Amino acid sequence: MKYVDEYRDPEAAARLADALRRAVRRPWVIMEICGGQTHSILKSGLEGLLPPEITLVHGPGCPVCVTPIELIDAAVAIARRSEVTLCSFGDMLRVPGSEASLLEAKARGADVRVVYSPLDAVKLARARPDRQVVFFAVGFETTAPANAVALRQAAAEGLENFSLLVAHVLVPPAIEAILGSPDCRVQGFLAPGHVCTVMGYQEYERLAARYRVPIVVTGFEPVDILEGLLMAVRQLEAGRAEVENQYRRSVRREGNRAAQAVVQEVFEPADRRWRGIGQIPLSGLRLREPYRRFDALERFAASATAREESSECIAGLVLQGLKKPPECPAFASRCTPESPLGAPMVSSEGACAAYFHYGRGEERGWAGST
Amino acid sequence: MCLAAPGRIVQLLEEDPAGLRRAVVDFAGVRREVSLAFTPEARPGDYVLVHVGFALSVVDEAEAQKIFRYLEEMAEAEEPAPEDSP
Amino acid sequence: MGGFNLICPAPPAGEERILLAHGGGGRLMHQLLERVFLPAFSNPLLERRHDGAVVELSGLRLAFTTDSYVVRPLFFPGGNIGDLAVNGTVNDLAMCGARPLYLSAGFILEEGLALETLRAVAAAMRGAAERAGVLLVTGDTKVVDQGHGDGVFINTAGIGVVEAPEEIGPRRVRAGDAVLVSGELGAHGIAVLSVREGLEFEAPIVSDTAPVWEAVRALLEADVEVHCLRDLTRGGLASALNEIAQAAGLGIRIEEAAIPVAEPVKGACEILGLDPLYVANEGRFAAFLPAGQADRALEALRAAPVSAQAVRIGTVVEEGPGSVVLVSRIGGRRVVDMLSGEQLPRIC
Repeated sequence: MKYVDEYRDPEAAARLADALRRAVRRPWVIMEICGGQTHSILKSGLEGLLPPEITLVHGPGCPVCVTPIELIDAAVAIARRSEVTLCSFGDMLRVPGSEASLLEAKARGADVRVVYSPLDAVKLARARPDRQVVFFAVGFETTAPANAVALRQAAAEGLENFSLLVAHVLVPPAIEAILGSPDCRVQGFLAPGHVCTVMGYQEYERLAARYRVPIVVTGFEPVDILEGLLMAVRQLEAGRAEVENQYRRSVRREGNRAAQAVVQEVFEPADRRWRGIGQIPLSGLRLREPYRRFDALERFAASATAREESSECIAGLVLQGLKKPPECPAFASRCTPESPLGAPMVSSEGACAAYFHYGRGEERGWAGST
Repeated sequence: MCLAAPGRIVQLLEEDPAGLRRAVVDFAGVRREVSLAFTPEARPGDYVLVHVGFALSVVDEAEAQKIFRYLEEMAEAEEPAPEDSP
Repeated sequence: MGGFNLICPAPPAGEERILLAHGGGGRLMHQLLERVFLPAFSNPLLERRHDGAVVELSGLRLAFTTDSYVVRPLFFPGGNIGDLAVNGTVNDLAMCGARPLYLSAGFILEEGLALETLRAVAAAMRGAAERAGVLLVTGDTKVVDQGHGDGVFINTAGIGVVEAPEEIGPRRVRAGDAVLVSGELGAHGIAVLSVREGLEFEAPIVSDTAPVWEAVRALLEADVEVHCLRDLTRGGLASALNEIAQAAGLGIRIEEAAIPVAEPVKGACEILGLDPLYVANEGRFAAFLPAGQADRALEALRAAPVSAQAVRIGTVVEEGPGSVVLVSRIGGRRVVDMLSGEQLPRIC
């Protein structure tokens, strides 16, 4: 598959790993932001190729994991209404709410459907004027443009039976929250390549300068991540703190203006609680006034008040990269994918689930993991 | 959260109800209809990165090749005793 | 069954009810076996937990197996539930090293099912039975109220004569054994998904449902010392290998670069965020045999059309008993876990 296979080439990976080994002098802690990058790293066993001086920390780039529990509960409550068809990306279905996940609600009769695109939900609303079609709009800036176009389309066609349950989150405020934390030990970042395909990377220049951290916009395949790490390490060794672009085949500094424009037309920044982390100001999106009538929370008068989480779950510490999942006392014992205590154990990008599934030699109790 | 796959535009289609362009994109033999709302400049033969049914960017072929050329150069320039990095 | 059925993965704390995930072939189903069925029916033959049971009657070794087919959709590119119902059971017998001979078929039909549908299913079963060289000799039909079935549920049971000289099962797997697969993975699951999701293919992906006895026979005729066979159905290659690793108390190491997946199947998996290792197959199996015989085994397999693309994908190892480890293309390692619940497409 073109533009995929080449970036999984073993020789290219080996050469980059080699260059990393030669470049590194001191230990460095680097965080990759995007859940897709976490997934790729763990799936390819990439950490086994890295020199021991580099510690990779997995960031909160999993919108599934950080969607506040009260929004899951609202989604479940809305889905249970007999007139509602709730459409969602597959990722969200297994995430536990306070008492049920969407999948459990479906098992008990709620009309919940997996869609691949928000346009599928609009299509459904068009085909079924007798149903209230609610789309669970989760995701980072990568997905917001598609959701914005879908809503604009629904509005233009007068599909008043369509609505969005908005749970979008934004990356730069999250990075700032991590950098601002007194416990922060992250020295460099790999910024999410597809978020930046949409948004560009101008927003990160301020962060790099203010906090003196290199930020490298990075893709998702093993060769991308290795190159991104090499660029970050070279900056760190040289004492530089700039924004660089590894994912040049897709990302431009200004991003995709058409996509940004649509998002700005439909959404505006709003405060958002991140599950496990807490409130981060202006870190989410909500519908602008002209589109407010399509907001599902308002339409169904669903409450989204903050709820208690399992006290055992240390998702917040994991999401900020302060602890690794195997350091959690409940990991793989009381908290497993079959009976998760928190979101990172459920989402396929969640750090806890990734460690559980893909494992590493040490955690599985056998040696020779490299 | 950013699963996006690169595919080749095979055929442009009629505009959708909102007047935005659509295309058939081929992913290693799988064909799907994709919205070109954000990549109006894309043409048949271009590769686009597709996320949830929307093309987010046209893949820059020249940039895509750079890493492999760089690695080749690195391999050729490698000294037998690499004690210092350049 | 393949693609994705939306099923509930996790029992709410404290509740003891059957969930759809209990039928998924992954962890929950195994828990059900452990907690309910094995304690109730415990006997040495059942404890072996292989695809079929081998019983001895007056010096003749017979293999005996049963399976139920509750798939949706009933029709998919390359076949229908009828093909699966015959091939699935015939293949379970083949996995015991037995030549399949006779099948029974029990039908549970939903009131209101179109007769034409039933005819198409029956026709498929006849064709599959002919191809597999088996006779359908007995059966049963029941009808349930509308709304209580998916149109058709089929149970087939089968008997065959064991032609393998030695027992075939996880107990015989040894460290150092080669792990082979009989062909490219994921076609069935993607074919089924394409119906539900309107995926189009340049050249249509069709289910790989097929009888595999001829491939097994080829191995036996080549005097390959077959230790274990396992067909790859629900849960894909990953689930089958995990089951064997656990039953054998050994580790399995596989090479990502060696795992055969056709390009369009790979493309479909890429765009849907699915892992081919977990996608369902219906005419593929894994074989475990001494490493020194791997070349001979591959030659024998490749001579049979159904296993023309057989390859070696890995090795059985001492370390990490019960685990399956994958060596990735770039030389890293990761564990290939058992599925929890069903694989859902993702955008993350």
